[in-house]
Amino acid sequence: MPDQQAPTGELHSVPALLARNVARYGNRPAYREKEFGIWQSWSWAEAADEIRALALGLMALGLKPGDHMAIIGRNRPAHYWGMIAAQMCGAVPVPLYQDAVAEEMAYVVEHCGARFVLCGDQEQVDKVLEVEETVKGIEQILYTDRRGMRKYDHSRMNALADVQAEGRAAATRLGPELDRRIAALDYDSTCVMLYTSGTTGKPKGVVLSNRNIIETSKNTAGFDRLTQAEEIVAYLPMAWVGDFIFSVGQALWSGFTVNCPEGAHTMMTDMREIGPTYFFAPPRVFEGQLTTVMIRMEDAGRIKRWLFRHFMEVARRVGPALLDGRPAGLGDRLSYALGRLFVYGPLKNTLGLSRVRVGYTAGEAIGPEIFDFYRSLGINLKQLYGQTEASVFITQQPDGEVRSDTVGVPSPGVELKIAENGEVFYRSPGTFVAYFKNPESTASTKDAEGWVATGDAGFFEDATGHLRIIDRAKDVGKMADGSMFAPKYVENKLKFYPNILEAVVIGNGRDFCTAMINIDLNAVGNWAERNNIAYASYQELAGHPQVYATIREHVEAVNRSVAEDPMLSGCQVHRFLVLHKELDPDDGEMTRTRKVRRAVINEKFADLVAALYDGSSSVYTETAVTYEDGRKGRITATLKIEDAQVFGEAQGRKVAAE
Amino acid sequence: MTRMQTQSQSQSQAPLPAQDGHVTADGRQIGGVMMEMKNITLRFGGVVAIKDISFDIRQGEIRAIIGPNGAGKSSMLNVISGFYHPQEGEVWFKGYRRGPMKPYEVARLGIARTFQNIALFDGMSVLDNIMTGRLNRMKSGFLAQALWWGPAEREENLNREAVEKIIDFLEIQNIRKTPVGRLPYGLKKRVELARALAAEPQLLLLDEPMAGMNVEEKEDMSRFILDVNDEFGTTIALIEHDMGVVMDLSDRVVVMDYGRKIGDGTPDEVRSNQDVIDAYLGVAHD
Repeated sequence: MPDQQAPTGELHSVPALLARNVARYGNRPAYREKEFGIWQSWSWAEAADEIRALALGLMALGLKPGDHMAIIGRNRPAHYWGMIAAQMCGAVPVPLYQDAVAEEMAYVVEHCGARFVLCGDQEQVDKVLEVEETVKGIEQILYTDRRGMRKYDHSRMNALADVQAEGRAAATRLGPELDRRIAALDYDSTCVMLYTSGTTGKPKGVVLSNRNIIETSKNTAGFDRLTQAEEIVAYLPMAWVGDFIFSVGQALWSGFTVNCPEGAHTMMTDMREIGPTYFFAPPRVFEGQLTTVMIRMEDAGRIKRWLFRHFMEVARRVGPALLDGRPAGLGDRLSYALGRLFVYGPLKNTLGLSRVRVGYTAGEAIGPEIFDFYRSLGINLKQLYGQTEASVFITQQPDGEVRSDTVGVPSPGVELKIAENGEVFYRSPGTFVAYFKNPESTASTKDAEGWVATGDAGFFEDATGHLRIIDRAKDVGKMADGSMFAPKYVENKLKFYPNILEAVVIGNGRDFCTAMINIDLNAVGNWAERNNIAYASYQELAGHPQVYATIREHVEAVNRSVAEDPMLSGCQVHRFLVLHKELDPDDGEMTRTRKVRRAVINEKFADLVAALYDGSSSVYTETAVTYEDGRKGRITATLKIEDAQVFGEAQGRKVAAE
Repeated sequence: MTRMQTQSQSQSQAPLPAQDGHVTADGRQIGGVMMEMKNITLRFGGVVAIKDISFDIRQGEIRAIIGPNGAGKSSMLNVISGFYHPQEGEVWFKGYRRGPMKPYEVARLGIARTFQNIALFDGMSVLDNIMTGRLNRMKSGFLAQALWWGPAEREENLNREAVEKIIDFLEIQNIRKTPVGRLPYGLKKRVELARALAAEPQLLLLDEPMAGMNVEEKEDMSRFILDVNDEFGTTIALIEHDMGVVMDLSDRVVVMDYGRKIGDGTPDEVRSNQDVIDAYLGVAHD
């Protein structure tokens, strides 16, 4: 019944945008999802009908204005519809991380007081039932996938399709009330509440209004000239602000198509089939892809390897210049065209990036070599800098001004200032309303004039006006001799090596820096296979002498490059060890967005840190781990600690220190 | 007449609830007797593989056949599937006595199986392999299928839909187009299960579904077997070596040793049966 959602003139709510899209793009595809091997598609008109039916059904079940509805599941159109339907009813959608364990979920569900929970499948329903043992207040559980749900007690449980059917049946009775609730929505109504993963402490609920989301979407869609013809693949966690902005905010503002993959493990195939034109990924995804490509090239025949190496060299020289529209010689252009034919084209196609017009990476700094690799292929990959509290966008790079070491200029509508201590502050229409039920944190983050502290230290480059982020403001410290300590800077350099998945550099207040390193099982495992090195476990491979030798080479190469920067040369890694387990969000060592939690690691691996500084050559340790099914266990290991060569001034300093 | 016979027979041999149908602790419906083996003896020349064995399989249950190596388990499964015809004894299926049959006739009866050694088409994709499981359900002729015309196209679409549902069910969407030869062992086993399921069987025979799997793969497979039984109500008869798995999965267990039946009952009953313990752990000779 799209006619009941006629445009209101002012596009001040998500349902209003939906109604406009029905009127303007009615028959264009709004959502696609691959199911049973086929891309199912919904036009804007069809999607609006589904969403309205769902909203009516939710009202019939008793969803009231001001209620919170938690949504836990993978990216599916039904879950996006759930978020929009909740807003239509005047309620607030709260998407959660689907891989969160029950106890993490319990905190959030209790904190927001969710009365309704929308689950993707049986697994999520089971978790919610577990949460219910400790948390009261959940009244209705909805689920999308019926599989395995037949035997559950359905007195407070419904399949989403049934809710929609009931909603359709009640359209005449509840329709007018729903229209009243939709009409009551304005720019100040809450659009969504997202919990920040929080590198420290408990997650905080960030309240974002329609103004935050819609203004930000409008400004940034204009910045990159997004149109209704864009295709995006929605695969990032729904609980993450980026996915909300791309798959809901910008998608509704620009009217483009949101494609949902069949599942996480079919993502690469689905992406190739869709060929997104607008793509977003955290550096980790690009790193992972690059590692896979490199591994496969090493396994390829000699001719292919030569072709790849030769043309990647050409690409490195010519690609970025061509992408930025700078002049290049005729010979170079010809070589590049050949390369496109033989290497770049097929490679981009394999990665599903052939049609990308605008690509973004954010969340963490990306290794310059990785960044340049993609740009040299002719993919317009850019960086942006943002956070949940800003509705993502703080700065972004305009086309033609892309560099790996800056994060760009302020996004449209965003004001920036740098505090005395180097911390970056911003003020924008996207600035969050408040932290839910947490006025103290709100007050300490956002001042009366609306300036928000990012927690990151950075500076503007004089020549270009681009912002450069050095590190988390609280992570930037001083070494014992007073020189600057910026762990992220070194870690990012280490992580560029395919063999290194994660690195934690320690050194604040110390005489010298040390590092704990996680190997990448994919890359190192492949190397072991090719060199006939047998191993039974991650732990055994991580402790292999040859692996240590390789990692030491990487560490020393990084030291050499760090030594070139006089400001940061003190951050060279003097001693390192290779960890016996992968850092894991389930063990609390990383956030769900896979950022290292330094405090947790320093505490949990205190014995290892001590050993790194007391000069011992090996250390015995016991570590608690959480398995995927939630069980807890312990692993024990004896880890070697090795010295790495340092360069420049640091060389002398170390000798002096000893 | 047949019905009564079956009833009296089954009561005499295995501990069963008094009524025909009952509901298990986890809420599944176990019905009447679906298949009954009566005094089966199977010989290969002078070797007696199976000696005078009787047991039944009830509608909707998971029935396991266990025993040490060479006990005659696979022979028994082959008798059930109709591949071997016993020299003595009778096989009753859904109230009818079954004579010697061709494999395709067995398949049409609604019995499907997987093999101990994977028997898939290595060069074909996962999807095509599973599609072969639907062959029995295709009615259009060779020519119509080759020309992709009218009813043949509709039929193919319906079959593809059924296969896609199984792919979804067994969570193998990501390998849909991958040639089977490139898959790891655990996944091949899953594809084989998918192909058997594609025939929409009433009775599913699994010959060592977990052989050679690691713990994680075994857990996955166990979950799928339970899900199949639960979701489609398929009756399952399986042979397995891993005692833990058998005891967790099955409703009732037949234990064989040297071609004889030495135990029959629920996992708990079988576990405490002295003959079974002797067969598995050996007997002390003093």
